[in-house]
Amino acid sequence: MMLENYNLEFVRIPGAVAAWRAEVNAIEWITTCRQAREEGGHLVALWGSERAAGFAVHAALATSHGLVVIAMPLAQARPEYPGIEEIFPAANRMQRAAFDLLGIVAQGSGDQRSWLRHAAWPADVFPLRRHFAGANSAATGADDYAFVRVAGDGVHEIPVGPVHAGTIEPGHFRFSIIGERVLRLEERLGYKHKGIEKLFAAMTVAEGSRLAARVSGDSTVAYGWAYAMAVEGMCHIALPARALWLRALLLERERIANHLGDLGFIGNDAGLAFGLAQFSLLKENMLRLNAAVCGHRYLMDAIVPGGVECDIAQDALAQIGEEADELEKAVALLRHIYDEHPGLQDRLQDCGTVSPSLAAQLGLSGLAGRASGQAHDLRVQFPPEPYDRFDVRIAKSQSGDVAARVAVRFEEVFESLRLVRKIIELMPLGSVRATLSAIAPNAAGIGWIEGWRGSVLVAIETAADGRIARCHAHDPSWQNWPLIEHAVINNIVPDFPLINKSFNLSYSGQDL
Amino acid sequence: MLRLLKQIAVTGIKTEPPPAADEALRATGERLRADILEYFGGALTIRHVDAGSCNGCELEINALNNPYYNLEGLGIKFVASPRHADMLLVTGPVSRNMEVALQRTYDATPEPKLVVALGDCGCTGGIFGESYASRGRVSNVIPVDVAVPGCPPTPFAIMQGILTAISAKKT
Repeated sequence: MMLENYNLEFVRIPGAVAAWRAEVNAIEWITTCRQAREEGGHLVALWGSERAAGFAVHAALATSHGLVVIAMPLAQARPEYPGIEEIFPAANRMQRAAFDLLGIVAQGSGDQRSWLRHAAWPADVFPLRRHFAGANSAATGADDYAFVRVAGDGVHEIPVGPVHAGTIEPGHFRFSIIGERVLRLEERLGYKHKGIEKLFAAMTVAEGSRLAARVSGDSTVAYGWAYAMAVEGMCHIALPARALWLRALLLERERIANHLGDLGFIGNDAGLAFGLAQFSLLKENMLRLNAAVCGHRYLMDAIVPGGVECDIAQDALAQIGEEADELEKAVALLRHIYDEHPGLQDRLQDCGTVSPSLAAQLGLSGLAGRASGQAHDLRVQFPPEPYDRFDVRIAKSQSGDVAARVAVRFEEVFESLRLVRKIIELMPLGSVRATLSAIAPNAAGIGWIEGWRGSVLVAIETAADGRIARCHAHDPSWQNWPLIEHAVINNIVPDFPLINKSFNLSYSGQDL
Repeated sequence: MLRLLKQIAVTGIKTEPPPAADEALRATGERLRADILEYFGGALTIRHVDAGSCNGCELEINALNNPYYNLEGLGIKFVASPRHADMLLVTGPVSRNMEVALQRTYDATPEPKLVVALGDCGCTGGIFGESYASRGRVSNVIPVDVAVPGCPPTPFAIMQGILTAISAKKT
């Protein structure tokens, strides 16, 4: 079928997401991206795959119609495609990663430095290719990344990481500073690359669920749901309503728990240890209730293709409802204390600012995007069941600073608590599992879920034997990491931890 | 300000009793003398190294410092540099891209030192195993004293692992 504004023949991808796909040539590849950009869309993900003959590059675009997924076949001998970073700047790192893993080249790209490949495998070997033989290849020696140098009187560099001073994930930050002021920050990630996409390619669809749940541990529910959604679409099955409602309950609990943790750490990084103590108590209470009702503190593997592992009994639902009431009171009180604390507000306001125009230009997404005026939330724009019943209120700010990201978190906690109560009140009865039909060979499925950080995408293609041929899991951190480089400009170095924490991006989710 | 002080008073003390050591977690024979361990037992400093985890273990390490577990109340605290550390707490399968950094962090930690590997990945490589990108378990790269399984291990289990590492072996 045709979609308005897009001059292509699309096929609907079966499943719960409004998603269409089309095979394109190089000209259509570019024009489709341009059209998406012009109508206010953004790039959700870019990845590559190997086909029976040659390769393909895929782009998932968020448009007014939903998700548009285009794939451009690439020749075996010269796997090249037009780079799209001029249209979507966020594409640059994804294109570099696609080259590191598959050897497909983005033409016309100004930055072709390796991204996920450090020194663990040679530059002319591509791990995601079928015939990759380097399962235990030795390191190739020195890893010499060409950071951009800033020269001038009094400018010097501070290299930070990959091992950081706190309990956080590894990555390298290269600051060029003058006095205390940051002139430039350059990130270098990929330290946690552990071959997730290669592992997927040897798994059955059922096995892949556990791996998807461990792409980024703090978003395990979002990944679990996105993965399950993709599989269920490929199997053409509809889930019992109760399974979907329980998934939404778990997803909102994941959002609340992460937001509570972040609100505590942001307070702590601004010198208010009281905030960390209080919010971490509230978070721990939630985790303990998760363990009591679902058997896992972070709800890992609670969502499986076909439904949910744990049904939650009526009395446990009532307990979750009571907890929501108590949380609402406690968080409201803490919000007063945060709002009225002049020392804290002095640190949060006008710190690490991303203006709405820059956010729109570079494609800032998810929670951080909403704090910079980008009103994207899948629960609002393309709500899967049961979100279509709730009229979810989007939390948004225009100021784009740390204070805005704090305010959006507070608003989202309150909205999620409202949703939790609604879900419990209206929870349908019935089964929580559907039987999965045999996985179709050569099928494609897609899952797209609004996790607490932003939208998580999982795209699966099966092989002729029904096993996974390619599974790409995409974290919103890909889009948002480059914006931290902008957010810190002209801030002082000691504010970096606070700014970084206010985004709280996943390293594991983007390093794969 | 009044609200803040009132909230501190209302919250009260939430800290729960710590677990006892568990010999089953010991990965190698004891490497340090009992008198050194006793010395560590009073004031242990830990450097955490994420060598490639999914970040689930990090969530639980952070939970160790919430008021319920209050690890610092036992005289155990996290420090910003391996040069200040008595113990490395290592998570993840060791990604090949982190191998050098982990080795250097280990070398930078002064002797005598202890290593606790955390999580199913730290213990065995977990779901990620060994591959072109992963060296698998932590002990494939540096010596490990105590290994704490779990995906992720609970804060209680992590505390137990840390306390086992600094307790003299009961024979």
